[in-house]
Amino acid sequence: MNTLIKAEKVCFSFKDEEENIKQVLKDFDLEIEKGSFVSILGHNGSGKSTLARLFNCLHIPDSGTITVEGLDTSVEENVFDIRNKIGLIFQNPDNQIVASIVEEDVAFGPENLGVPPKEIRERVDEALKTVGMYDYRRHETHKLSGGQKQRVAIAGIIAMQPDCIIFDEPTAMLDPKGRADVMKTIRKLRKESGKTIVLITHYMDEAVQADRVVVMDSGKIIADDVPQKVFSKVELLKSVGLDVPQPTELCYRLQKDGINLPDVLTVDECVKELMKKIAED
Amino acid sequence: MILQTENLNYVYSEKTPFEKTAVKNVNIGIGENDFIGLIGHTGSGKSTLVQHLNGLLKPTSGKIYFEGKNIFDKDYDLNALRFKVGLVFQYPEYQLFDETVEKDIAFGPRNMGLSEEEISQRVEEAAHIVGLKPELLSKSPFDLSGGEKRRAAIAGVIAMRPRVLILDEPTAGLDPVGRNRILEMLKNYRQEHNTTVILVSHSMEDVAQVADKALVMNKGEVFMYDTVEKVFSHGEELEKIGLNVPYVTKIFAKLRANGVYVPTDVFTLDKAEKVLLKLLKREGKE
Amino acid sequence: MKDLTFGQYLPYDSFIHKSDPRTKLLLTLGLIVTAFVSFNFYSLGLVIVFTIMAMIVSKVPISFYLRSLKSIWFFVLLTAVLNVIYIKGDNLLFSFWIIKVYAEGIEKAIFIAIRIALLIFISSMLTYTTAPTALTDAIERLLSPLMKIGIDTHMFAMMMTIAIRFIPTLIEETNKIMSAQKARGANMDSGSLLSRVKAIIPILIPLLISSVRRAKELADAMECRCYHGGKGRTRMNSLKASWRDAVCTLSAGLLLAGVILLNVFL
Repeated sequence: MNTLIKAEKVCFSFKDEEENIKQVLKDFDLEIEKGSFVSILGHNGSGKSTLARLFNCLHIPDSGTITVEGLDTSVEENVFDIRNKIGLIFQNPDNQIVASIVEEDVAFGPENLGVPPKEIRERVDEALKTVGMYDYRRHETHKLSGGQKQRVAIAGIIAMQPDCIIFDEPTAMLDPKGRADVMKTIRKLRKESGKTIVLITHYMDEAVQADRVVVMDSGKIIADDVPQKVFSKVELLKSVGLDVPQPTELCYRLQKDGINLPDVLTVDECVKELMKKIAED
Repeated sequence: MILQTENLNYVYSEKTPFEKTAVKNVNIGIGENDFIGLIGHTGSGKSTLVQHLNGLLKPTSGKIYFEGKNIFDKDYDLNALRFKVGLVFQYPEYQLFDETVEKDIAFGPRNMGLSEEEISQRVEEAAHIVGLKPELLSKSPFDLSGGEKRRAAIAGVIAMRPRVLILDEPTAGLDPVGRNRILEMLKNYRQEHNTTVILVSHSMEDVAQVADKALVMNKGEVFMYDTVEKVFSHGEELEKIGLNVPYVTKIFAKLRANGVYVPTDVFTLDKAEKVLLKLLKREGKE
Repeated sequence: MKDLTFGQYLPYDSFIHKSDPRTKLLLTLGLIVTAFVSFNFYSLGLVIVFTIMAMIVSKVPISFYLRSLKSIWFFVLLTAVLNVIYIKGDNLLFSFWIIKVYAEGIEKAIFIAIRIALLIFISSMLTYTTAPTALTDAIERLLSPLMKIGIDTHMFAMMMTIAIRFIPTLIEETNKIMSAQKARGANMDSGSLLSRVKAIIPILIPLLISSVRRAKELADAMECRCYHGGKGRTRMNSLKASWRDAVCTLSAGLLLAGVILLNVFL
């Protein structure tokens, strides 16, 4: 097993406006394998976004360690290398775009890395094509829709060629079209580049798409498994204020009503099982 | 009809290269005590439309009537209209500004020129409606959690006791708990206070959960306007204009496509469970 | 905000749009100076003809240039009138009450009005045809010799880039907050000065808070994208002068020569 990110006994807390100390993470352990697609699920305030910031050296643990390919995030000299390896996409598409023109924003990261101009141009074009925004390369960023802005932000990270991209609730502020486009981009990235992807979200239908789902509540991991297994724990998820995908919940309710059905995740699976059941009768 | 529009048109940046028609020939009537879900994707004109209903935007052409009166008549008091047609903007927590939650909620009522006694009574009532604990009222609005901020901002509009309450994407960015809380709150509010509510949303699930009628906008025009049951039975057409119908609706559409006889108006889990249970249990007995 | 065309970039595709922003910036300054050193009607006429030709070449509709004048016509008129009243000369045209109007005054007023109009047209041409980022870039590069004497021109340029990026966002946000407060009955259009100042608070505070939040988030995002100042930084686009810039410079040079000749010999 090849570990990319490793959190060991991490504690993290911060002070709120009234100087109360809020413990966000306590003795937190997590390993993320290279090349995996992990989603981290939790409601607002479960500590999931803090995790993203810890991985990217925006926060330093109070105790315990976080390493990225063996590099300790608390060591100042490692910061540049770690950020070079892990790209971070934030929730608000507006506040992560630096330049007024699409391609200039995508070039921002590679420019900071000191990549030669000719190569920057190649990387920018390629990244924009990957996210499907190449035709917009000379457009003004503030005139784009939320989903387009978010894809430009993703291109900006792709152009830095990191090993891993962390998405911190990338679709929370988007409309359904924007959400679908961003998720499509993430899936495409996953398929074509084999990069490690960490998707932090509270949307079940997005979390389902990962290979592994980690569910967090009050700074602790309460479930960590493949999506089918995690989402079969309907009661547990509901108890921490999370939903399950509607097809899963529908079958779960019917199971409780005494109908013998397996756990499902998607619409198609649900329809298939229901059809089987109907045919049986 | 409490609100009515007549051939409403709105054009942005008229006569520049950026000209764009945002609302096109909209004729709708909104009845007293209606709960309307206004659905459409970004750019469909839904946010522009609702800003006309309280007179914030003046239509390029067409008329708007509130209680039968044209709100753009010369002697019509638009400021007074805004207290009767309360509009909660998207991400309303970003408009909080006062020292305490109480003062912030009181901003609208104070602008109405009410007595201090009346104001504090309304603030209390509004806070209760949105489910803000009384001890939060003396706090700074900036110290509240995300969901609490959102509810405080909504309370600021409810405290004006509007006859029509319009909310633009009130659940955007909230997690399932926060979302449910706001939707249930709206449902109760409408029932208990006998008001009209218009919920602008791109989430069909939200609309399915609380609204009676659905108004679907597409490219600035009214695409459909009917009861939720009737609108949601046109799942395919809605998907064609880029809207996501609830998964339950999709499941039922596929069952129908497979030759199973199920009704077309199923869009909530409760209903789906009931229908399927009946279907499976009955067939099980035979 | 609807009439805010002055200073806006209009993405048409023209010869001037494609020229190097550094050339455009320098020639704009040059052209303005030329307009102000044209001392007689012949040389000024030449500058007018040149400017109109450039306006046509820019492909930006003339109506946009005229619109840019709209916000300033009163100032132009005022300057002209003041000139008419105050300039004294030998040829008294007419007088009434204490005002004496001389031919020299009229002439001067016409000159000033034309020069200010030219100034507006020429500078609008620069902003209409040059994206703000290209302008910042041009300024950064033109100022880069200052780096040698220890002035951080990169920081200055980065600040401008971010300002240009966020101005439209903040305008949008201001409008939104204003609408939201208006929906709660805020009255910003009437009342005493004090009540109007008070009415600004519900807009200013949310705007400030959101700007601080934006700034924080942007700083985080920039850090995550490995931003660490100008050191070791490369740029994707290096500005390269082309034949277009030679043509621009040459025609501007010819204009200047023409103006000097006309100034001296006519």
